[in-house]
Amino acid sequence: MARLKGKNKIRDLLSGYSFMAPTIIILGCFLLLPIGYAIYLSFHKVNLLGTVSYKFTGTANFERMVDDPRLWIALRNTAKYALIVVPAQTILSLVLASILNMKLRYRNFFRVAFYLPTVTSSAVLVLIFMWIYNSNGLLNYLLDLVGLPTYNWLGDPSVALLGIMIMNIWSTAPLFMVIYLAALQDIPENLYEAADIDGANGWQKFWRITVPQLKPVTFYVVVMGIIGTFQLFDQSYIFSAGSGGPNNATLTMVLLIYQYAFKSMDMGYASALAFLLAVVIMLITLIQRLIFKEERLN
Amino acid sequence: MRSINRFRPVFYVLLSVYALITFVPFLWALSASFKSLPEIVSGGIHFIPKHFTLDNYQTIFKQEPLFSRWFLNSAFIAISVTIFNLLFNSMAGYALARIRFPGSTLMFYSILAMIMIPGQLTIIPSYLIIKELGWLNSYQAIIVPMAAQATYIFMMRQFFISFPKELEEAAELDGLGRFGLFFKVVLPLAKPALAAQTIFIFMGAWNEFLKPLMLMSDKSMFTLSVGLNTFKGQYISFWNYIMAASIIMTIPALLIYIFFNRFFVQGITFTGTK
Repeated sequence: MARLKGKNKIRDLLSGYSFMAPTIIILGCFLLLPIGYAIYLSFHKVNLLGTVSYKFTGTANFERMVDDPRLWIALRNTAKYALIVVPAQTILSLVLASILNMKLRYRNFFRVAFYLPTVTSSAVLVLIFMWIYNSNGLLNYLLDLVGLPTYNWLGDPSVALLGIMIMNIWSTAPLFMVIYLAALQDIPENLYEAADIDGANGWQKFWRITVPQLKPVTFYVVVMGIIGTFQLFDQSYIFSAGSGGPNNATLTMVLLIYQYAFKSMDMGYASALAFLLAVVIMLITLIQRLIFKEERLN
Repeated sequence: MRSINRFRPVFYVLLSVYALITFVPFLWALSASFKSLPEIVSGGIHFIPKHFTLDNYQTIFKQEPLFSRWFLNSAFIAISVTIFNLLFNSMAGYALARIRFPGSTLMFYSILAMIMIPGQLTIIPSYLIIKELGWLNSYQAIIVPMAAQATYIFMMRQFFISFPKELEEAAELDGLGRFGLFFKVVLPLAKPALAAQTIFIFMGAWNEFLKPLMLMSDKSMFTLSVGLNTFKGQYISFWNYIMAASIIMTIPALLIYIFFNRFFVQGITFTGTK
């Protein structure tokens, strides 16, 4: 019996590692190794000409951040972006999910239809919105029709970021709507029945039962929204043809990192910026995991 | 329930208005793709083209020789990435759920930690590693690093944990080894989880922008997403072509979505992310 057990153990060891082998190789080479490498890079000046060479510069890359005006612009844009986009998409997705959760007819059609922007690539979405935003485009036509002022959405620094915000709320809200929909199914029906007996109206039930019951999910949605805004890249890159313009209005953190790494070829400083951004995002994720305890492992 | 009935029409109106908000950008793009440039420039809001034309589609495929190449690049990369992920993530997820071997706990927690690593951190070092491997401007530059993903390994592990053990035990008695068991019994029964994964991974790879932007400098190696962006620079005011190209890029993802739609919510609740 003992010998059989030992044989099984070896068999499990062999099969376990052969099942894991592709994952170990891929994640090891392109995730674990790069993490260490990123930290190394952020303390070096990288010379890419000829053979790649590194010069240790201590914390110079990090010190440089303080005096980098473009970094502060990117951070300010991100903050502005998060302050508007995150609440807007959270409320919109909650409202849509709540309506879809009622026993209405055709709700499956609406659910599928609303999700469409989430399926579409960011490259396509930006191009479609740029086409709608152009100075004699659909949006200005509609604004003019109802007597509102029109804007040069693509070229005016004061509204360019707003243009990306609108697009992002529109394209991300459906994703959170689905998460809310799943959470709404989990609210015990008897809470509503009890409220019915007490004579609560629909609005009261929404505010007193639905919203409080959804608190953990709302927290999750807000945190994921913030992380999403920190990672914004495709939209502003395509919108501004890689420049972050007009006048740095659409410059985001990731776009800034991209510019330093692949336009100025300053891989060391870009790595330091990426490292900083990653630490911030990981802290937010960690806090969310701790509070939300979403990880029910087994 | 009574209050819902009273407001029912209001809710239908709200849903319809939002459906309109969702559809209008797509319809506007679709309509532009069938209009001629003079008709687009002349302005006015009409969604039905006055002179319906397929010229825009013909032009982007005929005049822009690289457009079909970009389409095939995207398709090849997205399909390969999907197949590798389905295989590797399921294998890893299964091993972590079912096989006890030294190091498995450590591996599981490493996978969990990796889910939390934001991709931005690894952009630059991955670029340098791929450059050192001599993989710049090659398909493997994008396919190999994307071939296994921690999020979906975790998803598969959760799926296999709640999988009935009895079937496997019965098959084991029939003399199937681990590999036979996995490929003949386990994988065919994991179809719902695999379908959910297919959507997310295919779309992720099909829509990926940053990686091909950074790894492919040869125009012929661009994927559609990057190609589309240079297309925009080249045909700056030819919105008819740009919209036709955008519609072409949307169709494959849309088809996959429609086909696998019923697994969508399931997948989202499983992974919690896009």
